[in-house]
Amino acid sequence: MTTAAKSESHIHEEHEDLREHLMLDPKPRGEMNAMVMEAMHTTSWKFKLTAAFLGLVVAVCLFGAWGYLILEGMGVAGVNRPSYWGIFLVNTVFWIGISHAGTFVSALLRVFKAEFRRPFTRAAELMTTFGLVQAGLSIFFHMGRVWLSYWLFPYPNERGLWPNFHSPLSWDFLAINTYLLASTMYLFLPLIPDLAMARDRSTGWRKTLYRILSLGFRGTEGEWAHLRTAMNIFAFAILPVMFSVHTIVSWDFAAATRPGWSSTIFGPYFVVGALHSGIAAVAMVLVVVRATMKNMKYFIRKEHFDALGKLMLIVSMGWAYFFFNDYMVQWYGGDKWTDALLHFHEAGPLGWMWMLMLVFNVAVPWLTLWSRKIRTTPGLLFAIGLLINVGMWFERYVIIPISLTINRMPFSWREYKPGVEIFLGIGTLAFFILLYMIASKVIPLVPVWEVQEGQMAHSLRKFGKARVPTVSEIE
Amino acid sequence: MSEDSKSKWGMVIDEDLCTGCQACVTACAMENNIPFVGEQDAAYGRGMHWIQVQRFWEGEALEVSTSFQPVMCQQCGSAPCEPVCPVYASVHSEAQQVNSQIYNRCVGTRYCANNCPYQMRVFNWRDYELPDPLNNQLNPSVTVRRRGIMEKCTFCIQRIISAEDRAKSEGRDVTDGEVVPACAQACPADAITFGRLDDPESRVSKLAKSGRGVQLLEELGTHPKVTYLKGGSR
Repeated sequence: MTTAAKSESHIHEEHEDLREHLMLDPKPRGEMNAMVMEAMHTTSWKFKLTAAFLGLVVAVCLFGAWGYLILEGMGVAGVNRPSYWGIFLVNTVFWIGISHAGTFVSALLRVFKAEFRRPFTRAAELMTTFGLVQAGLSIFFHMGRVWLSYWLFPYPNERGLWPNFHSPLSWDFLAINTYLLASTMYLFLPLIPDLAMARDRSTGWRKTLYRILSLGFRGTEGEWAHLRTAMNIFAFAILPVMFSVHTIVSWDFAAATRPGWSSTIFGPYFVVGALHSGIAAVAMVLVVVRATMKNMKYFIRKEHFDALGKLMLIVSMGWAYFFFNDYMVQWYGGDKWTDALLHFHEAGPLGWMWMLMLVFNVAVPWLTLWSRKIRTTPGLLFAIGLLINVGMWFERYVIIPISLTINRMPFSWREYKPGVEIFLGIGTLAFFILLYMIASKVIPLVPVWEVQEGQMAHSLRKFGKARVPTVSEIE
Repeated sequence: MSEDSKSKWGMVIDEDLCTGCQACVTACAMENNIPFVGEQDAAYGRGMHWIQVQRFWEGEALEVSTSFQPVMCQQCGSAPCEPVCPVYASVHSEAQQVNSQIYNRCVGTRYCANNCPYQMRVFNWRDYELPDPLNNQLNPSVTVRRRGIMEKCTFCIQRIISAEDRAKSEGRDVTDGEVVPACAQACPADAITFGRLDDPESRVSKLAKSGRGVQLLEELGTHPKVTYLKGGSR
């Protein structure tokens, strides 16, 4: 501690700029804990008003419209022949994409010990869980007889029937369930020490809640050792699950006998697409959290936006590579139905969507994110993240309803016009934000112990006249 | 003979005889309790006809020639709709060698319809009521479907089964021409022929092998049970 205090004073004198880094700008534990608790407890009238508004939107657009859809049938949505799948599945793929960022940022960066991840792993993990909730809901909206959806579960039943394991939808169902369970546990494990911290500092119902959830964690050496082992196992195990989920989602399309869909590169293309929208969404959430929640300016800094901006740029390049690869081979193949479809993508009535997809997913990040100044301006990063997410939503829209318009029987070519799907889409967005807002007030949004651990591991060493930040191995 | 190309019941449609009169469409709707979806939904691609007379125009204005192609479920031997259904609602019937849709199992994922290269599956977008007095003519041998269920041409399986039952009780085989699906029965030009493909002497087998026969999207390897005759009279 004395060395840390000493180096802190040195930073003050000589290296003011190094304190821009959270890891080199330590605060006493008690103070940091109090900051996180305060952020959790403070609710402004703006927060309450927003939450009430979102609650209303969820009640009307999500549950109201869903009830109407169930009672009336799929006819109130825009799906038709040949576009049997519409915005519901666009949203499913989109939300599963959003959910990928949490695991990616948290597990992959943890495995590779990327230090900038520390203050926002939880903010990202929450997106995984809540994004998957929206994806699951969208699948249920989509089903013609949702009241029988439990038939997809492999359970012993009087009909003597298992689900059809030949169907990509069965794989999908199992993959999404696995991912939801695994990511929820992975969210919960690093939360335990923070819940214990919160338990020791609260009263009333919160105390009861945290006491139950923290599972009696007291912070002994043995408990930490077990927790670290469990987290390590989960961080490694959840990565293949993450890759498999979106690959299997892509197989729903790639395994079908449709022009434009039967593409062998859809698996990695979808995974990279998921990361593209997901990381952009993490950046957006962090901008909002930093701007609206108390004490967050200490935890979330320019360096984090900088790092996320770089990730967004790299993933955008990856997406462009896979897009080109997919397009090139389909176009070169010269199949007449695929040619008709590609022409319809670019020059059909919704050609503008295809063009904007490329502008938002490739041109915008490539032209802006190379600049550190733009990366570290939260407002700009938010705008870029929003455009990327719109672009990725367009990508899924192009792949699903627009591609379904063209098939091998020209007599049945017909355009798709969305109906009640729009309301349900807005409803899931509002539900996602609402769940996130509630969670930010119920659980500590910053993994305090991870930040403290990182700060302990970081120190400034003196080499000649220069002071060099060093990181020591903790585990 | 591979599993996929096994066949029993089959159909031949002579495109050169078809006048596009839509009698088959009407007869099919009457026989199979197919609801009317109304003008608006029908225009939006939600018409529920199990058989569709597809029109194709060739040539420039004033010298246009029209051809008609009645298309229904092709009862593929290797059907793309079957493996993708997560709840086994789309299954192969071993006894009739046709593709069956089990309405009670369907949960409405609509994957089968996406994967059908012929786009010949129709979905119950709503609960449709037949207007009076049409509700009095519902066929008791055919299930009435409700909203959220996929359906399609069955080759009038209720007629096949009743003919098979009759033949069995009389201790004989089903004779050629004994089973006539509603579309074939109604066709004034006699363009639709139905029968046993596994009997080389049946009318349908002979027509299918007559040299004018083509199958739709043959290159996909779906082994359809419907053969189209074309190019004989023109």
